[in-house]
Amino acid sequence: MFDPKIIAFYCKWCTSAGADLAGTSRMTYKPNIVGIRVMCSSRVDPEHILDAFKNGADGVLIGGCHPGDCHYESGNYKTQKRITLLKKMINDLGIDKNRLRLEWISAAEGKRFAKVVDEFTDEVQKLGKLKI
Amino acid sequence: MKKIGVFVCHCGINISSTVDIEAVKEALKNYPGVTHIEDYKYMCSDPGQNLLKERIKEKGLDGVVVAACSPTLHENTFRTAVMLVGMNLYNCEIANIREQCSWVHKDKKVATKKAKLIIKSVVEKALLNEELEPVKVPVTRRAMVVGAGIAGIQAALNIANSGYEVVLVDKNPSIGGRMAQLSETFPTLDCSQCILTPKMVEVSQNKNIKLMTYSEVVDVSGFVGNFKVKIKKKVKYVDWDKCNGCGICIEKCPVTVSSEFNQGVGKRKVIYTPFPQAVPNKPVLDAENCTYFIKGKCQICKKLCPPDAVDYTQVDEFVEEEVGAIVVATGYDTYDISNMEEFGAGKIPDVIDGLTFERLLSSSGPTNGEVRRPSDGKIPKEVVFISCVGSRDPEHHFSYCSKICCMYSAKHAMLYKHRVPDGQPFIFYMDVRTGGKGYEEFYQRAQEEDKVIYLRGKVSKLYREDGKIVVCGIDTLSGKYVELNADMVVLATAIRPSAGVNEFARLLKIHYDENGFLTEAHPKLRPVESLSAGIYLAGCAQAPKDIPDTIAQASGAAAMVANLFASDHLLHEPLIAGVNEDLCSGCGFCVTVCPYDARKLNKEEGIVEVNEVLCEGCGSCSASCPSGAAQQKNFTDTQLVNMVKAILKD
Repeated sequence: MFDPKIIAFYCKWCTSAGADLAGTSRMTYKPNIVGIRVMCSSRVDPEHILDAFKNGADGVLIGGCHPGDCHYESGNYKTQKRITLLKKMINDLGIDKNRLRLEWISAAEGKRFAKVVDEFTDEVQKLGKLKI
Repeated sequence: MKKIGVFVCHCGINISSTVDIEAVKEALKNYPGVTHIEDYKYMCSDPGQNLLKERIKEKGLDGVVVAACSPTLHENTFRTAVMLVGMNLYNCEIANIREQCSWVHKDKKVATKKAKLIIKSVVEKALLNEELEPVKVPVTRRAMVVGAGIAGIQAALNIANSGYEVVLVDKNPSIGGRMAQLSETFPTLDCSQCILTPKMVEVSQNKNIKLMTYSEVVDVSGFVGNFKVKIKKKVKYVDWDKCNGCGICIEKCPVTVSSEFNQGVGKRKVIYTPFPQAVPNKPVLDAENCTYFIKGKCQICKKLCPPDAVDYTQVDEFVEEEVGAIVVATGYDTYDISNMEEFGAGKIPDVIDGLTFERLLSSSGPTNGEVRRPSDGKIPKEVVFISCVGSRDPEHHFSYCSKICCMYSAKHAMLYKHRVPDGQPFIFYMDVRTGGKGYEEFYQRAQEEDKVIYLRGKVSKLYREDGKIVVCGIDTLSGKYVELNADMVVLATAIRPSAGVNEFARLLKIHYDENGFLTEAHPKLRPVESLSAGIYLAGCAQAPKDIPDTIAQASGAAAMVANLFASDHLLHEPLIAGVNEDLCSGCGFCVTVCPYDARKLNKEEGIVEVNEVLCEGCGSCSASCPSGAAQQKNFTDTQLVNMVKAILKD
């Protein structure tokens, strides 16, 4: 079975805290994902994502606060715009757009974090190894 | 290259049972930059911290990575420790291998592999971390309290008495909130007004409190220590500077409408104060129902006002206040009985909610404290109280317990019995919860001395028949079907956050839970703080609670405010984004994405300048900068890309 490599960038305030909650609640999820904690999802430059694909990531997950809940007022809206555009771009470059996913996961949504990771891992697994 | 020390914590067996510590050490020991690696059973313990400090000195480390639990828990612990041996705190990083690794994976091989990747990526970050010093931010030592019920009053008085100015804002014409509506309070049965009104007067007389009633917060900007709040002072049509509170206008006003303060049971005039002990004791005019505003005639209030304070030309006024901290004490509403189909959906006049019953019991209420039913004014001889109406009902309404209803239903039944000695109170309940000092004794007294009959079970329906209300339910203790012919029914409806509080929370950028109650920073350890620095919570806005708990939380919030104001400046996290002047082309993209106006384009120089105090460190500008000039400190492009590579290398 193909074992995908997945990078996650998530914000300190919501999604990373949600991931922590999944841990404290002793939920289990697939291990392919390794997270990088940033202050806000809007810190993630599309170039970081392209770099991840270039260096062998089969999927990239971005996690931020729900709309209206951003710790920095509007960071998540910027992230949404950037990711929407980037998905179109990577598709044109031959990287399936479903290899990039943006999810809003709050600090209270440990269960959702685990579910998203499992679903996304399955999806990337189906898409197979990224060849560029 | 920096010399990095890696310290792997076993966390007892929390990490070591799923992560092979030796294998992790083996994989990291030759990693570029790692000059020392060590493990310990509990890194956060005193010996663990001492070990960290000693190795920094002994091995001449420039930075450390502690692979342990979430940084939320012990980042501060380890950073404080390294500072004691002269290391800059930003040279200490945490690799979270517990919450995000050992606790979520069962397979040791898998978890070990992942732990290695997590640690390597954090080592990459630590290698390029800069030494930073906190940014000093001045504090406006002045607070705002929103909501002037008992929570807001208590918080405002405590802050004011600590020597700081407080702006106390309430949307109603008077302060006092829900507590002013109550008759007597459990478990001592002292009159609510008697214990509240002295505090209300104290507020009006305290020189440090600036009272703004009949006002609403419409905009909030800024951050801890430096908030700017825009307030709408709703139009009163009475010039309060001129008004002497004589009350002639109220007396002579010819139009009466239903009184909100009396829950619609009593009447009020169109120009009114909500209740006789109102603070400030000055009237407002309700233009919607005023004959002058509807028909252009009347003006009795204006003609008769001795100081000529009535002014029909007034409009809403907007003011701005600068404060350093905000206490949110917006209180509660009760769940509307129109939501309860099985209890007549609010269409049966003698089926009322608990707050309305409080008004019937209150000596200043519409019946002067006599219990008379709303439909015909008769004294009810059998009254049924139903608890958990809307609460603890996840299928139809809300799953939470409203906390105060068991106690106030017992109080209602008791007070009713005191007013109507030949009457019989019944209480339908699911459980009786009496956690609180003197509460269980109070409940026992209701049964033993006042002969309140408790029936354990839910009411399935009720309906009107021949001037009575037939209440059908089951007494689950006897297993029998019960049908009572009541004269009046009182529903202990669920406590809800007050209307509009969620919109307000969005203005403040604080969170609320699935039920709409405001979220505290930590459910156990930080119950009075919101997740936004400088914004604190008090009272039922956070969760249903009784008066003593509300007072305790409000005083806690006030103590937090005083704590914040103890210093004339705050230390601001320096993880801000600067400008590399050599790289900046002056395109201004970063200026447009900054939510704090921290970046300004200097057109003459053709570069962007940063106000470090305003920068909150989201890093959005760094992501938008096409030339790499806007780098968020310790989250630079190079650091993030190196982290990505470290994860993907193996």
